[in-house]
Amino acid sequence: MAQLTLIQAINDAMRVALERDPSVVILGEDVGKNGGVFRATEGLWERFGDDRVIDTPLAEAGIVGTAIGMAVNGLRPIVEIQFLGFAYPGFEQIVSHAARLRTRTQGMFPATMVIRAPYGGGIRAPELHSDSTEALFVHTPGLKVVVPSTPYDAKGLLLAAISDPDPVLFLEPMKLYRAVREEVPEEAYEVPIGQARVVRKGEDVTLLAWGAMVPVTTAVAEEWAQKGVSCEVIDVRSLYPLDEETLVTSVKKTGRAVIVHEAPRTSGVGAELAALLQEQAFLWLEAPIARVTGYDVPVPMFALEDAFRPNAQRVSEAVRQVIAF
Amino acid sequence: MLRQMEKVGLQYLQPDGTLTPEGEVAWKPIERPLKIEFYKWMRKIRLFDQRAVILQRQGRIGTYAPLQGQEAAQVGSALALNREDWIFPSYREHGVAMIAGMPLKQILLYWMGRVEGCRPPEGVKLFPPAVPIATQIPHAAGAAWASKLKGEPSVAVAYFGDGATSEGDFHEGLNFAGVFRLPVIFFCQNNQYAISVPFSRQTATETVAEKAAAYAIRGVRVDGNDVLAVYTVMNEAVERARTGEGATLIEAVTYRHGAHTTADDAGRYREQEEAREWVELRDPLTRYRKLLEAEGLWSEAEERDWEACCKQEIEEAVRAAESAEAPPASHLFAHVFADLPPSLVRQREPLLRQEEEK
Repeated sequence: MAQLTLIQAINDAMRVALERDPSVVILGEDVGKNGGVFRATEGLWERFGDDRVIDTPLAEAGIVGTAIGMAVNGLRPIVEIQFLGFAYPGFEQIVSHAARLRTRTQGMFPATMVIRAPYGGGIRAPELHSDSTEALFVHTPGLKVVVPSTPYDAKGLLLAAISDPDPVLFLEPMKLYRAVREEVPEEAYEVPIGQARVVRKGEDVTLLAWGAMVPVTTAVAEEWAQKGVSCEVIDVRSLYPLDEETLVTSVKKTGRAVIVHEAPRTSGVGAELAALLQEQAFLWLEAPIARVTGYDVPVPMFALEDAFRPNAQRVSEAVRQVIAF
Repeated sequence: MLRQMEKVGLQYLQPDGTLTPEGEVAWKPIERPLKIEFYKWMRKIRLFDQRAVILQRQGRIGTYAPLQGQEAAQVGSALALNREDWIFPSYREHGVAMIAGMPLKQILLYWMGRVEGCRPPEGVKLFPPAVPIATQIPHAAGAAWASKLKGEPSVAVAYFGDGATSEGDFHEGLNFAGVFRLPVIFFCQNNQYAISVPFSRQTATETVAEKAAAYAIRGVRVDGNDVLAVYTVMNEAVERARTGEGATLIEAVTYRHGAHTTADDAGRYREQEEAREWVELRDPLTRYRKLLEAEGLWSEAEERDWEACCKQEIEEAVRAAESAEAPPASHLFAHVFADLPPSLVRQREPLLRQEEEK
């Protein structure tokens, strides 16, 4: 087994998919010769050629729109949107077409495709490159939305997304692209969409996070363990569909929950999780559910991004509050 | 790739520094100070750009988009505008921004990830850089439309690259400009690559300029490394816009000497030979300096003095930007709304408390 970073695992998943299924194609800006601006598609253009790893014109609506046409006509496109913050020209294609084609055609022409996009802050990127807008897509019926936080999950989730019959938005936390290496099997394997991952078992409080907030949250759990407080950390991983069972079971066990996400607070995915938990675990709750999130302000330019992104201190304070309640 | 841009469009000043017959005609009426100003701006902009790349390498500013190679396109076009004209740049128009009146310190602050770098001085009608590609094109059409509706003589210009011509916003902006006969100039710096993707992958047409026909506006292709031709073409476009003749799409054929940004490696997708040809044989500064020197308008001594003067100004700006007080975390909430709603006041509360405790 190879030790891979998250971005290498993503690259490896696409290599596997291109190898085993001739209907898989990749399209996007700079994905070919350049190998992607983050090198997600590195080496694939050389290996599979220009008809399968396609440098497109600079046009997100065009890229997503043509991918939809490809999908209904027998190909399995993997679209790379260079940064989630630049998905908006393609948003109409995603929301009005990709997400609802299965419904509109009553199963005749589903838009079987994957849309990959790097997202989130913490890497000092230029303006508008660091937004976390997963809620826009989670709120769009017909789409699946997943976010890996480890190399192993990245490969397995991407392969699951590629074989999934429905359109899947695959969000890649840029901050974690090269953060760690881990053992990633060379062969094909899938991490099922719709399943959360228990990162760490605990008894006293449940911490829910995804993407780049998982390592931040895990570090806080380790801090509290030193003080005798046992935190269960769950990587939600699949934002739609949610693994309700794992989340609810955990909160019934601990009676307390802290939800951590980088996106702004109002109507973030955390609000949905909080509603779900109080519906299904109301009688087990020992404290109000806490949310640690970005603020309801435009994602700032990088001079202030550390003030915007939830950090260990803010997460830790929320843990303290729900324990002390 | 090299053959693709053989036809650079209208050219007055040849790469060897000599004027074409039409160039002679265009050169004569230009006032002497302006002739020198073209060069001074190009040199200053290049020095700033080179310094900024080094600052990024030293970790003193963030990712930066270098413009070296595109100075003539920016200077020639920006100097044809007046203070009342609107400018909607992309993220590579630091040269245009300087000419419009943006202090160097603020341009640097922008690349340091500071929002203060987005706000021009009072009276400077310069929009902050449009980061999402082509989105500034409808903005320029709209500003021009307002001028027209208000009966004001100002024009608007959108600056963008070849990649932008593939986005829907480009087509929609040009279409509005055609339908409503708007006083707007669409200034495309075709530097032949959208990050790594060559112009031949953006469009099957040979030029950007010919796309104007689809919207019934004027289209011109000009050698973007020829400051004299760019200035002349831009002047005409501005004049036409001011006199109700409508929009112009200008395609300035140029080349970025460096990478797309400091986070990119152009060696992965560009032939060395091609880059060398553009850098060594088609440079916009080299040819213009030759012309000035031949005309007795510039000397080695003036070059030295001007360079020293620019470097001093740049270093002062670097010092000022680096010593600008760091924004407090609560600045996240500044100007989010005219009046901060109660929920945001609550979110800001702990940050203000922490700042007071410090």
